[in-house]
Amino acid sequence: MTDLLPHHDLRRRRAVSERVVAGLLLLCAVLSVATTAGIILVLSAETVGFFREVSFVQFFGDTEWTPLFAEKRFGIWALVCGTFLTSAIAVATALPLGVLAAIYLSEYAGDRIRHVLKPAVEVLAGIPTVIYGYFALVFVTPLLQAVVPGLAGFNALGAGIVMGIMILPIIASLSEDAIHAVPDSLREGAFALGGGRLATIRRVVLPTAFSGIGASVIIGISRAVGETMIVAIAAGQQPRFTFDPRVPIETMTAYIVQVSLGDTPAGTLEYRTLFAVGMTLFVFTMMLNTASHYLRHRVLKGATL
Amino acid sequence: MSRPHATNVVGSDQPGEHRGLPARSNTPRGNAGTLTPERAFQAICLLALLLPLLLLLVLIGQALAGGWDRLTWGFLTSYPSRFPEQAGILPALAGSACLMLLTAALAIPIGAGAAIYLEEYARPGRLTWFIEVNISNLAGVPSILYGLLGLELFVRALQMGRSLLAGAATLALLLLPMVIMVSREALRTVPQSTREACYALGADRWQTIRRVVLPMSLPGILTGIILSLARAIGETAPLITIGALTYVAFVPDSLHSPFTALPIQIFNWISRPQAGFHVNAAAGILVLLAIMLVFNSVAIGLRARFRRRLA
Repeated sequence: MTDLLPHHDLRRRRAVSERVVAGLLLLCAVLSVATTAGIILVLSAETVGFFREVSFVQFFGDTEWTPLFAEKRFGIWALVCGTFLTSAIAVATALPLGVLAAIYLSEYAGDRIRHVLKPAVEVLAGIPTVIYGYFALVFVTPLLQAVVPGLAGFNALGAGIVMGIMILPIIASLSEDAIHAVPDSLREGAFALGGGRLATIRRVVLPTAFSGIGASVIIGISRAVGETMIVAIAAGQQPRFTFDPRVPIETMTAYIVQVSLGDTPAGTLEYRTLFAVGMTLFVFTMMLNTASHYLRHRVLKGATL
Repeated sequence: MSRPHATNVVGSDQPGEHRGLPARSNTPRGNAGTLTPERAFQAICLLALLLPLLLLLVLIGQALAGGWDRLTWGFLTSYPSRFPEQAGILPALAGSACLMLLTAALAIPIGAGAAIYLEEYARPGRLTWFIEVNISNLAGVPSILYGLLGLELFVRALQMGRSLLAGAATLALLLLPMVIMVSREALRTVPQSTREACYALGADRWQTIRRVVLPMSLPGILTGIILSLARAIGETAPLITIGALTYVAFVPDSLHSPFTALPIQIFNWISRPQAGFHVNAAAGILVLLAIMLVFNSVAIGLRARFRRRLA
């Protein structure tokens, strides 16, 4: 492209303005790097402050999280457990539905149906999560209470299921892309060997698309881990180390909301817990995103087959 | 998008658009109406696809049933109140509107600028690679962490306080990766030959971008930005984290004024035990959904016009 630039007597003046413009635009692009740096810096700085007062043993070696009480304990596992529980329920809901929907879209639906239904499912991903929270609290939980004995008004089950509906479009859409990328020659080979459509999907299409489907599920988990409003509204605010989906729990994100709603003065230990929890959340989601990226990369490399 | 399809040899009674070979030619099947594993599986897959759509309808139906009666002119023009029947969403609506305008004003130039840099100026290299990895990573950071960044950076370090400006700046950072991605896609639709023709006429790179590339890709960029804003208007968690108030009885009057936003007002009402406030929450949800519907329709309309013009 550069050798197509005009040679002209105005060239020098232009070169200066060109450089200024290019510099300004580069600045815009670098701002994204600054944002990442900002997030990491802010989280680290306050987390370091936090660990000056609270030891690693107190943080990682305890299962009680009560920093807002008189008797303070800082066992992060209580919040991690809540996050794990709701995310696991969400994935258990979204994984089968999402992958089956993706199979239908890619293997059975015609182009016209696919072009209507795929965006329709993706609408679900655009619904504000505060609305999902309302749905979980006012509709799903009362419905579940009729079926599940001993289900509290705030619980991990209802919140998790609704979170599953929220991440379903991500899993369905990305899995559909992965299944779609399986070359037709493989399907035709399977058909030629006498495989039916179902056998072809089960033995050829799904194993080939496995990495891509895995990547989509991990992205879904990452979204569930970072999801805030559904669990803040419908899962309760009681940090608890339990795997019982019927009782109120608290996730890492819900804790951040809880503290933010109260007016905690900056510089206090309570304030710093926000960032220690935020840091834990950041590390978890980054690990998941990296794993997903790695899996997808393997798909791209394997696509040449 | 064109997808390879084997020709259908079965005839017009089949939908004729199945992936791969036509199902009937080599699949053991009974007469019409018998349930084979093949058909059962297909039905299950279709069900899995339709169930979420059904839930979407239930969700909307639930909000309509809960809040439709509350949705009056008074609801839109009243201030929040201790009495659910008298409470309204005026400060929340005004807050959301100001927030969106400010967020757009911050995110659009920076996002479009970054996109122009990456598409038109950047040469493949370490820096470009690093920026691109960064942007895709940022897209995966939970929104509540942007709230923590906003709290420390805008509210405290830059001393904006818990103001409209701090909220908009936080949302702008959150939107940036998405705005950059959609803008890049729009810029890519401009054919390289058009740029070369422009250079041949003696224009330099910036002139080419300003007079040719940007006008051609503007509808695409706008579409993407409106879709991003439709996302931003429902964002709740980062605003709560930077300390947007849940009870505001006034309309924001300056960049530094405290504020609330529609999703925060909804959250506030949901968190209360009284059923009357849940009705208000449902009505608020209807307003929020309606706003999003308008944003999305505008974006879809713009995109359709854009496609027609390119074709």
